[in-house]
Amino acid sequence: MRCGDFKETYVRDEEIFQSLFVKFWLGVLAAFLLIFPFIANEYMLYIANMIGFAIIGAVGLNLLTGFTGQISLGHAAFIGVGAYTSAILVTRLGLSFWLSIPLAGLVAASAGMIIGIPSLRVKGLYLCIATLAAQFIFEFIFIHWESMTMGITGINVPPPSIGGFEFNTEKRFYWITLFFVVLGVIYAKNLVRSRMGRAFMAIRDRDLSAEIIGINIFRYKLSAFAISSFYAGVVGALWVFYLKVVTPDHFPLLLSVEYLAMIIVGGLGSILGAIFGGIFMTLVPEIINTLSAALKTIMPGNEAFFEPLKSVVFGMLIILFLIFEPRGLAEIWNRIKNFFRLWPFSY
Amino acid sequence: MDYQLSIENVHLSFGGVQALNGVSTGVKKGEIFSIIGPNGAGKTCLLNCINRFYRPQSGSIKFEGHEITGLSPHKIPKLGVARTFQNVELFSHMTVLDNIKLGAHIHLKSGFFSGGIYFGRCRNEEMHLRKHIENDIIDLLEIEQIRKSVVYSLPYGLQKRVELARALAMKPSILLLDEPATGMNLEETEDIARFILDINDQWGVTIVLIEHDMGVVMDISDRVCVLDFGVKIAEGPPEEIRHNPMVIKAYLGEKDLTLSRLG
Ligand SMILES: Nc1ncnc2c1ncn2[C@@H]1O[C@H](COP(=O)(O)OP(=O)(O)O)[C@@H](O)[C@H]1O
Ligand SMILES: [Mg+2]
Repeated sequence: MRCGDFKETYVRDEEIFQSLFVKFWLGVLAAFLLIFPFIANEYMLYIANMIGFAIIGAVGLNLLTGFTGQISLGHAAFIGVGAYTSAILVTRLGLSFWLSIPLAGLVAASAGMIIGIPSLRVKGLYLCIATLAAQFIFEFIFIHWESMTMGITGINVPPPSIGGFEFNTEKRFYWITLFFVVLGVIYAKNLVRSRMGRAFMAIRDRDLSAEIIGINIFRYKLSAFAISSFYAGVVGALWVFYLKVVTPDHFPLLLSVEYLAMIIVGGLGSILGAIFGGIFMTLVPEIINTLSAALKTIMPGNEAFFEPLKSVVFGMLIILFLIFEPRGLAEIWNRIKNFFRLWPFSY
Repeated sequence: MDYQLSIENVHLSFGGVQALNGVSTGVKKGEIFSIIGPNGAGKTCLLNCINRFYRPQSGSIKFEGHEITGLSPHKIPKLGVARTFQNVELFSHMTVLDNIKLGAHIHLKSGFFSGGIYFGRCRNEEMHLRKHIENDIIDLLEIEQIRKSVVYSLPYGLQKRVELARALAMKPSILLLDEPATGMNLEETEDIARFILDINDQWGVTIVLIEHDMGVVMDISDRVCVLDFGVKIAEGPPEEIRHNPMVIKAYLGEKDLTLSRLG
């Protein structure tokens, strides 16, 4: 089927956002994100910042686990590496926050590459254990390398600033978070539709075939670890400067598990899925908190019940999605979208 | 020697099984060279040695004059060697188009930086690639209808065609085809034979073909090599092979299966 504007067709076919429909809703979303800080209260802005961090981290982890097929339980450790790197660079060397962000990413990426080395030999569960080891090693370092990390006391950092303007409120920090979310999402979206992203997916799908077409598997696995950890490092740096303090207990194994939960629930191997996962899994504990607070008058001391409930709900969500919707919220979204595209002729 | 690919005295064994027992042969540039032989003769093993999936215990394999037995598998495609498999080895969760694009991996340049920005060079590269795939590969192999399909949803015959398309995207100078027509009906088999001739003719690609369909082999090959129990028992033009008593004897056990269309 050849036609006159064939060239136009496939150029358009290669665009990220193809239809006017998508472009329109993207515009609406952008407008909302820009207006949001002016209409939201402090609490909503806090949630927005948390969601932003979760999205960046989840997109990073999805590049490694969802796209390249390398499972990692060390994501929290790399976030920690980024957090400590930026805190140390700013407080000890007097570097600016802005410069410390890419550097935190780079140091975390190096750590990720080292931890990724076993991926040449081991897969699946064994790689999971290897990255789990990384998690514990880094936690140990954060606590015990006191001359650098100040141990359990932690490091205090000043808020980021540009020419005297300090990003010291939820609202102000929102702009920093938004900037990095947009950057991180666009980068990832582009990466997965170009040579490198395709190589990642090839390795995930069938590594034997990846070799037959000339993909250096080891190099690309390490690249995936590096890029994923870079995202983690950036999240770490942002988080420290948001909290204005970093202590070792910010990066427990549970945080790694939460990130895995985000991409499983959101959708493995989908950037949109990572975004949904980040939003959803940040909101769930908040909803439980709100419930718990609302029930305070009727059930005093219910926190003892609701606190552990969070972990249970996380676990349940992972299991339910793995069983009933292994492709996550992104797939549910696709179905809804297709329904409305054809509506009212869906059936 | 004037061989593009030369194989000298290759021995390969698995424990007690001698899969290849001193095989020597050579493929000339631009020819269609078929390898035939009963099941288990060692044909696939020979290709796997060329691709470096297997490492022969002894012997030498030279491609365009360079010894390749010491290279790692992912280096082989860069030399211009492409391959399809007896049991399709595609990326089954990806679309046909992405599978073919992956074939061009070694010819693309974008990395983690330019790829993430997808602007200028990377964008041009992707557009050129798409154009090349549409005009030269999808068109040639007649797979316009399925370019957006996910591979696992396709019937086996089409998957084999997609694998051939991916191999073409590698712009190979030699193409190793392991039973490309197996499991196909007569019409599909004829299509494949026609594609192979086109590729050989229009692209000037040397073809190494393993095939059980003697009709195809005898029709399109320039030369045929016969393996039996890991040993080369004959080599020559199709007419010669057809009447070679050794070959007829090797095939005797499964006459109905493989020589049915020899007539
Ligand atoms: N990975 C392997 N491990 C053990 N034996 C193998 C392996 N690959 C092939 N063989 C043996 O080598 C012999 C030749 O196999 P193969 O090259 O696949 O035959 P064919 O000519 O049918 O393609 C067979 O006896 C087979 O069992
Ligand atoms: Mg075989």
